[in-house]
Formats: sequence, structure tokens, C-alpha cells
Amino acid sequence: MTTLPTSTDRKLGLVIDLDTCVGCHACVISCKGWNTENYGAPLADTDAYGSDPSGTFLNRVHSYEVQPEQGEAQLIHFPKSCLHCEDAPCVTVCPTGASYKRVEDGIVLVNESDCIGCGLCAWACPYGAREMDAVEKVMKKCTLCVDRIYNENLPEEDREPACVRTCPAGARHFGDFADPDSNVSKLTAERGGMDLMPEQGTKPVNKYLPPRPKDTLSEGAGDIDILAPYLEPVAQEASGFLGWLDKTLEKF
Amino acid sequence: MTFQQPKINTSPHVSDEVRKTTCYMCACRCGINVHMKDGKVAYIEGNRDHPVNQGVLCAKGSAGIMQVNAPSRLRAPLKRVGERGSGEFEEISWDEALQIATDWLAPIRKDDPSKLAFFTGRDQSQSFTSFFAQNFGTPNYAAHGGFCSVNMAAAGIYTMGGAFWEFGQPDWDHTKLFMLFGVAEDHDSNPIKMGIGKIKARGARVIGVNPIRTGYNAVADDWVGITPGTDGLFILSLVHCLMKAGKIDVNYLAQFTNAPCLINGDEKSPEFGLLLRDDDGKELVIDRATGKLTPFDQKGVKPDLTATHRHAGISHRTVMQHMAERYLSDEYAPEAVAERVGISAKRIRILAAEIARVAFDEAFELDQEWTDFRGETHKTMQGRPVSFHSMRGISAHANGFQTCRALHVLQILLGTVEVPGGFRFKPPYPKPATAHPKPHCGVQPDCPLDGPHLGFVQGPDDLALKEDGTPARIDKAFSWENPMSAHGLMHMVISNAYAGDPYKIDTLFMYMANMSWNSSMNTRGVIDMLTDKDENGDYVIPRIIYSDAYSSEMVAYADLILPDTTYLERHDCISLLDRPICEADAAADAIRWPVIEPDRDVRGFQSVLCELGAKLGLPGFTNEDGSQKYADYGDYIVNHQRKPGIGPLAGFRGDGSDTGRGDVNPDQLDRYIENGGFFVEHIPDGANYYKPWNAAYQDWAVGMGLFDSPQPYLFTLYVEPMRRFQLAAEGHGDRQPPDHLRERIKATMDPLPIWYDPAPDNHGDQYPITALTQRPMAMYHSWGSQNAWLRQLHGHNPLYLPTKLMRKNGLSDGDWAKVTSPHGEITVPVLEMAALNENTVWTWNAIGKRKGAWALDENAPEATKGFLLNHLIHELLPPKGDGLRWANSDPITGQAAWFDLKVRIEKAPAPAESQPAMEPIKSPVGKGPKQLAWKVGK
Repeated sequence: MTTLPTSTDRKLGLVIDLDTCVGCHACVISCKGWNTENYGAPLADTDAYGSDPSGTFLNRVHSYEVQPEQGEAQLIHFPKSCLHCEDAPCVTVCPTGASYKRVEDGIVLVNESDCIGCGLCAWACPYGAREMDAVEKVMKKCTLCVDRIYNENLPEEDREPACVRTCPAGARHFGDFADPDSNVSKLTAERGGMDLMPEQGTKPVNKYLPPRPKDTLSEGAGDIDILAPYLEPVAQEASGFLGWLDKTLEKF
Repeated sequence: MTFQQPKINTSPHVSDEVRKTTCYMCACRCGINVHMKDGKVAYIEGNRDHPVNQGVLCAKGSAGIMQVNAPSRLRAPLKRVGERGSGEFEEISWDEALQIATDWLAPIRKDDPSKLAFFTGRDQSQSFTSFFAQNFGTPNYAAHGGFCSVNMAAAGIYTMGGAFWEFGQPDWDHTKLFMLFGVAEDHDSNPIKMGIGKIKARGARVIGVNPIRTGYNAVADDWVGITPGTDGLFILSLVHCLMKAGKIDVNYLAQFTNAPCLINGDEKSPEFGLLLRDDDGKELVIDRATGKLTPFDQKGVKPDLTATHRHAGISHRTVMQHMAERYLSDEYAPEAVAERVGISAKRIRILAAEIARVAFDEAFELDQEWTDFRGETHKTMQGRPVSFHSMRGISAHANGFQTCRALHVLQILLGTVEVPGGFRFKPPYPKPATAHPKPHCGVQPDCPLDGPHLGFVQGPDDLALKEDGTPARIDKAFSWENPMSAHGLMHMVISNAYAGDPYKIDTLFMYMANMSWNSSMNTRGVIDMLTDKDENGDYVIPRIIYSDAYSSEMVAYADLILPDTTYLERHDCISLLDRPICEADAAADAIRWPVIEPDRDVRGFQSVLCELGAKLGLPGFTNEDGSQKYADYGDYIVNHQRKPGIGPLAGFRGDGSDTGRGDVNPDQLDRYIENGGFFVEHIPDGANYYKPWNAAYQDWAVGMGLFDSPQPYLFTLYVEPMRRFQLAAEGHGDRQPPDHLRERIKATMDPLPIWYDPAPDNHGDQYPITALTQRPMAMYHSWGSQNAWLRQLHGHNPLYLPTKLMRKNGLSDGDWAKVTSPHGEITVPVLEMAALNENTVWTWNAIGKRKGAWALDENAPEATKGFLLNHLIHELLPPKGDGLRWANSDPITGQAAWFDLKVRIEKAPAPAESQPAMEPIKSPVGKGPKQLAWKVGK
């Protein structure tokens, strides 16, 4: 069993905007590229060109259809990676101390040299955010790019997770949730940022911004009466329309 | 026990060097930082300074490392030694390969250059490849625009001097309503995602009009699940509502468009329906101040939108009057169109009203003075924050040109084009159709062609016809069958060459075009055409040369393979002469350069053409002494001049300080590399909106070498060249269409946008469901499947069915269905999708692979479960009983009508594999490794 720190100095994590995520998988592959080359063992792919290719990914995008009681069905793209929980069950379950949560910033990491590949942490994680590397036989997970965010070999503007830097839609935000004035804290407050599966009691650090209400310009939605005057006819016939054109042009 | 946290290195070495070049994982052309370790590619990220992507990068771009190490890369030139299609090749030297090509091509050029058909696919060097073709002398050249989005490009250029994507972009900083039509998830890839993110962060509204709610449509605030092929009717209904309510920008229409121009109303005249012009050819308007006829561009003229010019008993009315007559008609009322478009009348009105509200109630002004071409100075710039974007979704129908026209006309009526908050052109656009070249087809033995192949016809005189009136081009571009085919018809080349219609060719030479698979309609039929022999036992298409970097399905069908490099091993220029990477506020171009050297015996295709051109003695490729003019493509990029002082790259000319125009600079490529692989020149403030009419912009463009003199013009709501074709069909003029095309030309070449239903030609009554494809954002055509990372995202492609069709056919997820079209049938796995138009099915494009291709295992899901809709789509329409070959293309431009596909669906017993299952082809490169753990650093 491994102990969690009683508190962390900072709470670094991500805000993921489900209103904006277009499901392009840019974050998935950028993460794969950086983390194959960097922290720990490369993220391997087995049967890479075969019938059942299977690779290690620290971040995946799932898509869900939602059928509201009224109105059109919707498609929500849902990127998922480790949420760096405050009460991370993957840490406390670890028999060797390989899984741990950092005191200084709250990042949950796996120390690969101590990992015996038992897989208990993956079972304990309610989010399915950990993946066993099939070649190296160690547990892999999101590091929040701990080797980028403090990296003095990178320009300061690049010291953020690869997934955040690459996201074309700007749907991913990185910051310190312990600081109420940080960008992530403010976004969470303004947009009603949510915990994923709060009933699990894991206190995830990462937050999701819910999609805004959709299809408000449709029958049964509220805007119709307000908009009706915009289509008030200037004329019923072509000749009346030309008269209106004349009058309008006179103003210029 | 207190846990002792391990110490880790949070500042590891990132890379030895960053090399900045241009991505080629799709057509978006983003800037990339290639991190190198030990001389190898370690990591690829977006370049923050680059105008296109500003640091971000999509999944494809980040997966470039898996493309550069792909096992499917071709290794050496190949000569076919077995039958075509067998995949039996032997590796040969480049000397031998070039000698074979020369021995085939030299006699053709000497005798009849049109016996060569040279077509390039996803080519980003069209100004160069067309230069080669022009020097060779064949009229038979085009790239893939004809089967992609020519309708959008051509409709935009004929209407307003540019279209979407490479031509222009929404004003992301000011727009408040962004309306997206059709399937557009990778045109324009990253910039659209960035733009949507930006405007959503501001709380602006996104409306998606698309039968399928995925991708951009999934994040749209409002989704309009339109019936495929009816976008034009929906748009014209919006036009009806907006005109009727007076929600149009009258002042803009009067000043900047041909709405006030007068149309010849003399039914007996050979110029009936053409615009009245003065002796200099300038459009005439009536000035409200004087009531007199005057050229539109005179100082102080206030064009009258509603005037009638009466002369010799004939009334000549304005374009605006004709538009009012047509679009105020109840024919376009929401109630009249609702059922056909699949959107309720009430919802059409709501959408029209919201467009009107944002365009006029949320209008704003930028405090920026500017002077127009009439010399009038405006104190501010009027903004209208409504913008649109669309690409293939509305283009790839037989009514696509008119639909794209309708969308451009809608924007213009609202006054949103080239204004703050609306749609903005990117240099070298705006550029009206009249400023573009016209097509050329003057073939002579042993001579270059008499001018550029592709262009914008202004009437029947500009068609590419032989003296006997038959098409001069193998693809029949610029013929009566599709007069305004600005990008050619690549999808018809093999079919026409096989049929000998309009004539036989000798050599088919193709680049980056997977014509025996996903890039052709009627895949099986095309394979048969490529392999069929005549009564003498010779191939009907005698010789095929193909260049590709990868072991695509097409390789097996060529006689000679010229293996290309990957995109990180080559020079390229993303040129202002071609399809540049400009932004609305700047002109920009870029290069690729070899950030790594090939580890195979392969050469960049363009460099090969430099050598082949010299061996053939083509004038543009040889010095006066007959020696090779350009050592390779890099040499061409630096030293070629299209006109004195104007070359492929606009930046760092002369001594390095000249922009646009300037002498050759031998250090130009180094300067680009130092600058991050690109060059940007910003448009001065005050010149960056109202570009077609803004004197400051026009002067800047001349200075940059974009034009030789200022050329302000009017947007053409009414497209006169179309009327000229109608006049011919009505019997006017010397050049006359064949009789069987007269009625179609009269009906379709309407100079004001119309809508017609493509379904009857595709037997929509018997096949009531539309079948569509989309490209996954994370993958592009066939290139993605060889990529070990990307294929894990999209490894097979179910057919998505709406809930209604699943129930009706008793289908559940994972069941199989037989899908039948007038042309063929496929049997494929299905999956339910609720957020889908109820009479539409769809799948991801080009996931399905032929066994043996792309270095994949024969049991790869791409080859067993993946499938193509191409088997259901014929390049010809179902026979009409008249014995004629009617192309499955837009009758105006020849755009391939991919999305007119109509099908029937029924439940089928599960086969072992998707059907049709084609026999494997032999791989020239073997198969990929079982396992990857790719880490180049130690």
C-alpha cells in the first residue's frame, strides 16, 4: 500500500471543454508522440500493421450519442486521460510504491523502475485511465507531461502538456486548481466545470466543461417569437419590393 | 510510513535540433517543428510562428513520424515483369527508369503530344507539374480538383473572385454567426478547428447544416440535418425570406456588385440576357444622381438598383429586378421547399431570422478610413458579423455549382463578403474569373502547348474543342458536356481513354492518385479498364507510368513506378503561383526541405521531372546548349522565373530584402529555412478589408506582383458567361452545342442560381436512400491506414444507419446489410447512429484497403471489414436508353457527383468479409513489423 500526501502545494490539472472538442484526436496522437520519445518506456504498439493492432495510449477520445427527451440527437466527444485525483485509488492500491502522487503539484506518476506490472492500479482506477504496456510490461499513464511543464530546455510558452499545446480547437486548458485566480479555476467557475463520476469519491483534479444547450433555433425552442419581427415583409410583390429598394437607397 | 517520493529529471534533453518545415499529412499545409535526435526524427509538433496553424497540430500531423518510417514506403524504381495487376515487378536503377520513360514519351511528343495524359492527384506542385505538361505539349493535364471541390472554387471565382479555404476565411476575430454547410472536416483542417474554438470562446453561434452530426457539426450550437443534395434549395429559400423582409445590404449591392447592371432585354438580339456595356466593355448602370447611363466605375456614380433603361422600344432591367422577380416567388417560400429539404418551414424562417438579426442588429463599424475604386473615401468600415464555410459536401453533387453559387450569392446579398465580421479573401485572391487564364489546347508536334491548360471560360469561344467540334481533351473538360470545368475531370480520364472517347491515348502518367482504388468511381470497372487487352493482345491503355511514395493499390497497375520520397525528405514550395498559405491579413508562402535524407533509392517526383524534362529536350527544362536546366526541384524553386522578377517563392528575393518582385536569390531556400520554412508579408491596415474595391489593397497587390495593374471589379450575382452558353444553346453564334445537349445547357446554365434535383438521374424513385462518405479528421484518404498510430483510431468503417432505417430493416449493431445502387452492390457491417438525417447512410472514406497494399497484413480489418462505397458509384449515370455516355458529373463544371449516390438497403447474412472481397495483390515492399516501440533517443 502506498500513502497519498495529506495535501499538495499545487493542484495541476486539465480543464477539458466538451462544448468545443470536435473529436479530432489531435491530443491523442500528440501525447503518443511525446510520451513515446520521453518519460519512461516508449508507448508500444503490438501487431502494428496486422489484424489486431493494439497500442498504449495515455489519452483517448470516446464519442457518445446523447438522445435528449426532446429534439435532435447529439454527439459528444469525450477525451479521457488520468484525472490526477486527490484521493487516487490507484496510488493507495500500489503494492510497491511505484504509483505515487507528487507533493509539490499533485501529479500522479508511476515510477517505472519500481512497477512490477501487477495491474492492481488499473483495476482500482474507476476511469480506465491506466494502460499496461504490452512490450515493457509496466503501467503507463498520463504524466501531465511532467517532463515538459518544468523543462528548462523548452521555451517557456511550450511548458505545458503536449495535448494542450496541440489542441486545434483550444478545448484543453492546463493550470493550477489550487489557485482560485488561475485560468482553469476561472473557467471551471464560469462554465460550471464538473467532476467525472463524483460518486466514486476520488476527487478528480481535472474538470470537464459541459456542452452548452444546443438547437435553440428550432421549433419548440424559445427564440422563435423574438425572431419573428426580423422577417416582417417589406412588400408582398416584386414591385413593392423595388419601391422599398428605392426608398432605402435614398438614405445613402 | 512516510512515502519517499522519487526524484525525477523534469528538464530532460528535448532534442539536438529543431528543423522547421511544412506538413504534408493532408492538404492543410501547417508549419511543423521536427525535433531531431541523433539525426533521426524524434517528435513533431506545430510551429507557433506559422500563419496557418499557429502552433497547433492535428492527429495526422503529430503522426508524421509513423509515415516517415512506414513499411509501405517504396524502395526503388520498379519495372513491371508480370501481367498488369499481378504486382510482379523488378527493381531497376534510376538510369534505366528514366531511359524507359524517355523512350516512351519522346516519340509521342514528336508525333502527337496529346497521346500523353498526365494527371496528378493530391499534388501541391501544380504550377510546376502543369509547367512540365505545358512544355511537353499535351492538353491532357489536370490535378484532382475535378473530383474534389471544383464546384466550390469555380462558383466562388465566377461569382466573387474566390471561394472558401485557400481562397478565403471567416473573419474569426469579429464574426458572431458562423454557418457551416456540408462535409468539410479536413478542408480547412486546423484553421477551422481553431476558428470554431475561438468564436465559441466568445459565445458566438455556430450553425451546422449537414445530414450527419459529427465533428464540427457535433459542436455546432444548432444542427440542421438537411436532406443531401437540397442545400441549394434551402439557401434560395433563405434568400427568399431575407429579400422579402428587406434584410439585404442595399448600399453594398449598389456599390460593389452587378446588381445595378442592366441586362439586355431584347429577346430578338443575339445579346439577349447579356449585360449592357460601353465600347470599352465596361458594365453600364444608371446613375441615381443624373438618371443617365454610365460605366459603373466612374467617380461619383451612385448606381441605381431599380432603374429600367428604355431604348428603341425595349426595356433593359437591372440584375436586381430579375433577382426580385425570381426569388420573391412563392416557389422558394419555406412552405414550398420544406418537404424536399427535410427542414420544417418554421425552422427555415427561424434560421433566416437569426441570420438577419446578426447581420443587421449586430452590425458594427471599424474605425478605419478607406478609399474605393471610384475615389470615394469612407470614414469607417461597415461590418456584418455573419460568415459561412463549405467545401465538398455541397460541391460533390450534379447541382453543386449552382448550389455553391447560391451560397456565395447569399453572402453577397447580406453584404458580408470582404467586410469585418464576414468572409475575407486571402491573397492572391480576390481575383475575378476575367483575370484568370483561359484554357488552352493548341497542340503541335514537338512543341509546347500554346498556353496554360486550365482556366476560366467566358463563353463558347473559349471551349477546348477541336476544329470538328469534338473535345480536345481526354477528360472532355471545357467541352459542351461541362463547359466551365476549371479543374479538369480526373475521374473521367481512365474511362474515356479506355473507351477511346474522344480519342485513344498512348501513355497514362499519374502522380499521387490511387485510381485503382478509392480515387475512382467504379473501382472494379477501372481495374478492368487498366488491365483489359485489345484483339492484338495489347493493353487498351498501352502504357502507364505512376509515381507514389507508398505501396498503394495503384502501384500494381502501372508498368513503370517512379518512387517518390516522403514529405520530410524533399523540397517543395507552397507557392503564390499555385495554392499558397496566405491569411486574410497577409500573403504567405512556404517550403519543404529535406530534414532527413531518404534511406531508399527514391527521388522527389518533381526532381525526377526536372531530369525527365531535360532528357526529352523540353524547352523549359533545358539550357540553350541542351544541358539540363534545373538540377533538381530545389534548384527550380530558386531559379525559375514565371515572369521577370516573379518566381515560385515571393520572399527573400534579390539580395534577400525584396518581396514579391525581385531577382533570383541563390540563398533563398536558406533564408526560408532560417525563417522557419515560410515567409509572411502583412497587408497594411486599411487595405485589409473591401479588397476587391479598396484602392490601397489593389496598389499593395500590384507591388507584391499579384497583378500587373489595379483591377477592381464587381461581384457577379449574375454570371454572364453562363448566359453566353445558353445563347449558343438557343442557336446564337458559330460554335454550337450538339443537339442532345441543347436543352440541358439551357436549363442548367442559368446565370442566376437555381436548384434542380439530381435524384431522378440516379433512379431516386427506386433507390430512395442517399449514401455519403466523410473523411475522419484524424485520417486523410488512404495515407492514414499505413500509419501505425492513426489506424488504431479508425481501423474499420461500419455503415452508419439512422435509427429509422435500422428498425425498418430489422437491423442491430454488428449486423450486415446489402447495399444496392443502380450500379452495384456491397455487403457491409452496420451501426446505428441517431444524429443522422433519416434517409441518409454514411461511412468513413477510404478506410477499406485492398489485401496486399500498404504493407498491411492480409487479415487487417481495413482489408476484411473495411469497404469502399466506390463500388456503388459509376463514373457514368445509369444508361438513359439513348446510347450516350452521360458522365456522373455536374453538367456545368464536370465535378464528380460522389454524393448523388442513391441506394437501397436490406439485411444480409453475415459474410466472412465485406463484399466485394477482391483477390490480394502482391506487395512490392513486404509487410510491416509485428511490434513497434519507437524511441530514437537513448
